[in-house]
Amino acid sequence: MQEELIKRAKELLADGTVARVLGWKAGDLPYNPEPSYFENEDQLKNFVYNGFCGANLSKYMIEASKLEGKTLVFLKPCDTYSFNQLIKEHRVDREKAFIIGVGCKGKLSIEKIREQGIKGIESITGAEMTDDAETLTIQTIYGEKTCTYASAMLGRCHVCKGKEHQVYDELIGESKDTKDADRFAEVEKIEAMSPEERFAFFQNELSKCIRCNACRNVCPACSCRKCVFDSTKFDSAQKANVDDFEEKMFHIIRAFHVAGRCTDCGECSRVCPQGIPLHLFNRKFIKDIDKFYGEYQAGEDTDSKAPLTNFTFDDVEPSIVGERG
Amino acid sequence: MYKIAKSNLPALFRAIAETKELYLPIRRAGQVNFGPWSEDAEVDVETLKTVKSPKDVFFPQSENLYSCEREGKDIKIEPQALQDQEFVVFGMKACDIKGVEVLDKVFLADPIDTFYAARRDHGIIVAMACHEPEESCFCKVFGVDCADPEKSAADVAVWMLGDDLIWKAITEKGEALTKAVESLLENADADSDKLEEEKNNIRAIVEKLPYSNLSLEGWGGDKLEEKFNSPKWEELYKPCLACGTCTFVCPTCQCYDIKDYDTGHGVQRYRCWDSCMYSDFTMMAHGNNRTSQMQRFRQRFMHKLVYFPANNDGMYSCVGCGRCVEKCPSSLNIVKVIKSMGGEQ
Repeated sequence: MQEELIKRAKELLADGTVARVLGWKAGDLPYNPEPSYFENEDQLKNFVYNGFCGANLSKYMIEASKLEGKTLVFLKPCDTYSFNQLIKEHRVDREKAFIIGVGCKGKLSIEKIREQGIKGIESITGAEMTDDAETLTIQTIYGEKTCTYASAMLGRCHVCKGKEHQVYDELIGESKDTKDADRFAEVEKIEAMSPEERFAFFQNELSKCIRCNACRNVCPACSCRKCVFDSTKFDSAQKANVDDFEEKMFHIIRAFHVAGRCTDCGECSRVCPQGIPLHLFNRKFIKDIDKFYGEYQAGEDTDSKAPLTNFTFDDVEPSIVGERG
Repeated sequence: MYKIAKSNLPALFRAIAETKELYLPIRRAGQVNFGPWSEDAEVDVETLKTVKSPKDVFFPQSENLYSCEREGKDIKIEPQALQDQEFVVFGMKACDIKGVEVLDKVFLADPIDTFYAARRDHGIIVAMACHEPEESCFCKVFGVDCADPEKSAADVAVWMLGDDLIWKAITEKGEALTKAVESLLENADADSDKLEEEKNNIRAIVEKLPYSNLSLEGWGGDKLEEKFNSPKWEELYKPCLACGTCTFVCPTCQCYDIKDYDTGHGVQRYRCWDSCMYSDFTMMAHGNNRTSQMQRFRQRFMHKLVYFPANNDGMYSCVGCGRCVEKCPSSLNIVKVIKSMGGEQ
């Protein structure tokens, strides 16, 4: 698939359809490709598309929309939900994007591989998109190791939203539905806890927060030009690590702000250096919105009215909060 | 030289903690970071790298400097007490100790940072050799020998050797700590051959690491103009999310901001780590002198690889711990910068 993507990118650059390509550049380790712009055929030599290209490129399109000419962007099925949502919020310009929907068979997490005790990694086979490998074979300084593809997948891929791209100009490559878990199972587990247990759970997780703001900066729904937490007039600096604030405020405020707009792309949890399952907050909101306002998936379209910014006489009364305890 | 069975480490930690605060790697909600020992803390000395470096122990991410309280017509100023009790940091790796040496250059130079100095004076460092270095490590490039923490600025050096932990005091402080826990240690002079073998094994692994032969050619204190004006920065910074992950997991990043917190009846003046990646970094009354993310991104690497060596006799302020390599959400890191702007490809 990678060769096909490069070939098409070269064609679109050559015939002037696009001015640049937004994709992934091969890293210097087997698992660290980075989001990158390519402006000519020569640069495309470093283009890569494999299991480690988890980064959602939708948000980069906010800046790319301001550039001269069209940008060719490669979006995986789940990334297209974010792009649609950004169109809806007038943050990206659809006319400035040439979207190639790329096939996806689930994206990999190096953390999940490390958690299995695999270290000193020299090479990884099975992460390419060209075969149907179910196993990753990993050469390490400490000998050859293997693990299943599924065991190394990002958490979000286990609740995959499906193989369909929601917005695209062209499609290249087959996708695989990697869903093998219920989307709301983790949320239900937390709902079943007592309030004390739930508080302890989140306190334990959120106290690890180092205020790096990676979750906010990667989030396609966090697209404010200036975040309230970056204001120098704000009492609690965006960078001060104060347990109480992270545990009770920052992440909760962010979850409220993106409620109804979060597509559940899972980037927040992917990038958290401390492995905090931040997606749980957003998914709880999604579950509640589904229940109270009818099923809704942000990013499925670009013109429907969102449940939290729309009024209907069937809307649930605010007292529901008190009633459900 | 002494040893203690790994299975007996909880007793060692308990014994140290009886008289001193003890900080060591603790697993919490799946992640290992340095934290205070307690009876129910899950100690993890097997994981090679903590998420954050142990620099917090000497230079906490947030700390109060003083507080002001209104009392009638007066204002009472209460300075924050300085560290005055000895404490132990167990399990620091050689790279992180080199990181502390970098911090020393900044905080112990005139004007001395009294908060930092008090912690350095009272801290006892027990350094641990890296039994199994990983592919993101490149400490060798900065002259660190992770096989032999005895050569570092530690007070005690320890090695994991089979079922045992080898213990060797280096400094007077280290001797005193050894004496305090002597009843738990046994003589290990007979193990010195095995220890040499372990050191050689570690060094052999280091040779095999992909970044171990990274070249710093083209970097250094005299490369200011050339590097600052390189067109490469425009290309390199592009994927950067402007988050602070690299700066907050880094053992040498030392920038901080000072702020006031309005308590309602007074003011708490505190300082917290700053990040050159953030939009308000070095914000002044006239505005900000770095207005683009490219400039902020460039600042981080210029500081580590050009400005710092220029001001500190050639000492780089990167120690090759590899945390940024592992943690950057966009897979950017200092190695990619070193390589693409001068070093070995």
